[in-house]
Amino acid sequence: MISEFGNLTVVLSILTSFFLIIFSIIELKNNNSYPSIKLRNFSILQLIFTNLSFLTLLMGYLISDFSIENVYENSHTEKPLLYKISGVWGNHEGSLLLWINVLVLFSFLFFSKNFKKNKKFQLLTLIFQNILILGFFIFLFATSNPFNKIFPIPSEGLGLNPILQDPALAIHPPLLYLGFVGSSIYFSAALASLISRYNGKDFAIISKPWVLVSWIFQTLGILVGSIWAYYELGWGGYWFWDPVENSSLIPWFLMTALLHSILVLEKRSGIYLWVVVLSILTFTMSVTGTFLVRSGILNSVHTFANDPTRGLYILIFLSAMIFSSIYIFYKYSPIENRSFNLFSKEFFIIINNWFMSFFLITVLIGTVYPIFLEVLTSQKISIGPPYYNAILAPFLIPLLFLMAYGPTTSWIISRQFKTKKIIYNLFLSIVITSIIILTINQKNFLINVLLIASVYLILQNIIGIYKNTKKNSGKPSTPNLASAISHVGFGLLIFFISLNSVTSVGHDLNIKAGEKKSLENFDITLEELKVFNEKNYKKFVGNIVVLNKKTNNIERLKPEIRIYKNPETITYEASIRSNIFSDTYVTMSNISKSEFYNIKFQKKPFMNLIWFSTILIVLGGMLRLISKKI
Amino acid sequence: MKKIILSLTIVFICFVVVIFSLGLKTKKIYDTKDLVGKPIPLIDLKLLNSEKTFKTSDLKKNDFTLINFWASWCAPCRKEHKYLIQLSKDLKILGVNFKDDKQKANKFIKKLGNPYNLIATDKDGKKSIYFGVYGIPETILVDKELKIIKKYIGPINENDVKKILKIINN
Repeated sequence: MISEFGNLTVVLSILTSFFLIIFSIIELKNNNSYPSIKLRNFSILQLIFTNLSFLTLLMGYLISDFSIENVYENSHTEKPLLYKISGVWGNHEGSLLLWINVLVLFSFLFFSKNFKKNKKFQLLTLIFQNILILGFFIFLFATSNPFNKIFPIPSEGLGLNPILQDPALAIHPPLLYLGFVGSSIYFSAALASLISRYNGKDFAIISKPWVLVSWIFQTLGILVGSIWAYYELGWGGYWFWDPVENSSLIPWFLMTALLHSILVLEKRSGIYLWVVVLSILTFTMSVTGTFLVRSGILNSVHTFANDPTRGLYILIFLSAMIFSSIYIFYKYSPIENRSFNLFSKEFFIIINNWFMSFFLITVLIGTVYPIFLEVLTSQKISIGPPYYNAILAPFLIPLLFLMAYGPTTSWIISRQFKTKKIIYNLFLSIVITSIIILTINQKNFLINVLLIASVYLILQNIIGIYKNTKKNSGKPSTPNLASAISHVGFGLLIFFISLNSVTSVGHDLNIKAGEKKSLENFDITLEELKVFNEKNYKKFVGNIVVLNKKTNNIERLKPEIRIYKNPETITYEASIRSNIFSDTYVTMSNISKSEFYNIKFQKKPFMNLIWFSTILIVLGGMLRLISKKI
Repeated sequence: MKKIILSLTIVFICFVVVIFSLGLKTKKIYDTKDLVGKPIPLIDLKLLNSEKTFKTSDLKKNDFTLINFWASWCAPCRKEHKYLIQLSKDLKILGVNFKDDKQKANKFIKKLGNPYNLIATDKDGKKSIYFGVYGIPETILVDKELKIIKKYIGPINENDVKKILKIINN
C-alpha cells in the first residue's frame, strides 16, 4: 500500500514538473506583467507531492514496512527511532529522493519570493530548475526507485550499516544536500539571466541570499561530516582527502568564490560573466561529485552501492547540462568592460577568486587523476594527503595576507598599497607567534609562516572591527561585522589546524587486560574489560587509565568494541576525553586468537577549537543572511 | 578568439566525458570470480597429519576434485560440513586446513566426520593465496586438467551440492 502510494506521489510530482515547464513556456509568450497564479499553484502542488513522496518513504521506515525493498535493505525493527529516520537517506535511492526534495523546495521558495520580479527571468529560472527536477525524477524512477516492492515480504530487515548509526551522520547528508543541491537555483537563475538579459546588479541582489544559504549549509555539512569521521571512524583524523570529501569541498570553493564575487557585482559591473560562470560551475561540480560518488568510478569510504548504469545516466545528464550551459553562455553573454583599480576592494576579491580556483583545480586533479591514469594506462594509483598538503599549504599564506589586507581597502576608489596599514599589525603578529613557536619549540618553517599569517588575519580583523565600531558611534556595520567574524573564524581554523598537525602525538600498543605500558610522557593501563548487551548490539568496554607523568593527571577512558546483530558487523568506538585545549583519544580492537588488545592512543590538541572556528565562519554567513542590509 | 576558446572547451569536455564513460567500465573491486576457467597453480602442499607433501598436479588422476579451504575456528565451515560429507560420496575432496592448530583441526574432523580424501595444511595462509582465497570457507571445483570450473566464496549450501553433482554427473 505504502509502495503504491509512494509511486503515485512520484508520478504526480513528475506530471506537475512537466506541466510547470509547459505552462511556463506558454506564459513566456503572453504580455502579462507577472507569471500567473496557476503557475504558483502548480509550484505548490509540486512541493506537496514531492514532500509527500518523501514522507511516504519515511513512513515505510517508521512502521518497518519490509514489503518495500529499500526499507528491507536498510532498516530493521530493532533500530532506534532516530536511525530509522536517518535510514531514509542513508542509501542511494532514499538520498536521491531527498536530493529531489531540495531541488523542489528551492524552486518553490525562489519562485514565491521573487514572484513580482522580472517575469521572463522568473519563468526561465522556473523552466531550467524544473528541467533539472524532471531529469532527476526520471533517474529516480528508471534506475533507483525507492518504492520498489519485494515479494514474499521478509519478516525482518537487513539493517543500517552501524557506522552510519550516529547523530552527526543522521544530519550530515541533509545539510550537504541543502548546500550543493541548493546551488541548483542559482545555476538555473544564471542561465535565465543570460537569456532574459537581466541586469547584472539585480541578478547579484536576487542570487546573494541563495548563495549564502547554500554556502552556510555546505560549510555546516562538511563540518558535521568531519566531526563524524573524527568520532566514528576511529582513525583520529577528521579530514582524509577522500574523493567523496573532495566532492563536497570542490563546490565549497566555488560557493566561496561566488559569494565574494557577488558582493563586487552588487557594487559595480564588469564581473557579471564571471559570476554567471561560477554559478553554473558550482552546480555542475556538485553533479560531477554525485557522479563520482554514485557511479562507483572511484573507491571511497562512502558506501553507496556501485552501479555503472546509474553512473552512465548521471554522465549523460551532466553532459547535457554542460553543453546546454556552454551554448547559452556563448550565445547570450554580453560584452563587458573589465577594468579594476589595483588595490581596490574588488581587486582583492578577484585575487581571492583566483586562489579559490587554484585550490579547486588542485583538489579536482587529485580526485580525478587516478581515473584518467587508469583508463589511459591501466595503472592504479591513489593520491593522498602529501599531495594536497604540499600544494595547498604554501598558497594559504598569501591568501591569508590578502584576506587580512583586502577588507581594509575601499570599493572602486582605492589605488595605492598602504604599507603603514600592515606594518604595525604584522609586527605584532610576528611577536605573538614567536612566543607561541618558542613555547612549543616548533621548527617547521612552513607551519611557522602559516601561524604568523593566520594570527595577522585574526588581528587585522579584530582591530578593523574595533575601528569600524568607533567610527559608527559604538555599533559596527553588520556586513563588516559578518565578514570579520567569518575571516577571524578562517584565521583561527588555519591557526589551530597548523598547531594540531605539529603537536599531535600518537602511539600504537598491544596490551593484555590488567597490564600497564609505559610511554615517554604517559603510562597506559588496561584495567579490565566488561561485556554489555544492548538493544541491537553487544559491546566490550575497555577500562583504560592514562597517567600523564609530567602533571600526574589521570584520565579514564572507555573505548568499545561493538558487535551489531543486524547486519552482523563489528565497529570500534573511540573514547575521547575532551577539553577546550586538548583531546585524549583511545580506540581499542581485538587481535584475532589472542588475549592482547590493540590500543591506539592519541593526544590531539585544539580539536574543539577547530570545530569552533568553523562555526564562527558559518556564524558570519548567518549574520549576513539575517541582517536587512545583506 | 571566442570560437577557439569555445572549440577547445568543447574538445576538453568531450575528452573528460569519454574518459569518465570508459572509467565506468573498469573493474574497481578485486574479485576472484575471474579465476574460473583458469588452472590452479602446480605447487606442493604439506599434509596435516604427516611430514609428507602433496603435489596439486596429482589431482589430474581424478575426473573432478573439490578443494575446500577450512579451519576449526571458522563457524561457517561447521555449517557447510554436512554438505561436504554428502558430496564426499560422489567425488574426491581435498581439504586445505587454513591457519589452524593441528590438534584442534583433528578434533573438528573427529567430531563432525571426515569428508576429505586428503587433508593438506596451510598454517600461515600463504599457499591459499595462489588459489585466490581471501577468506574461508572457500571451495573450488577443478576438472581433470586442473581448470577451475566453479568457485564458491563462503559456505556451500544444498543448492550448490545439487549443482556440483549435476556438473560431475554430466
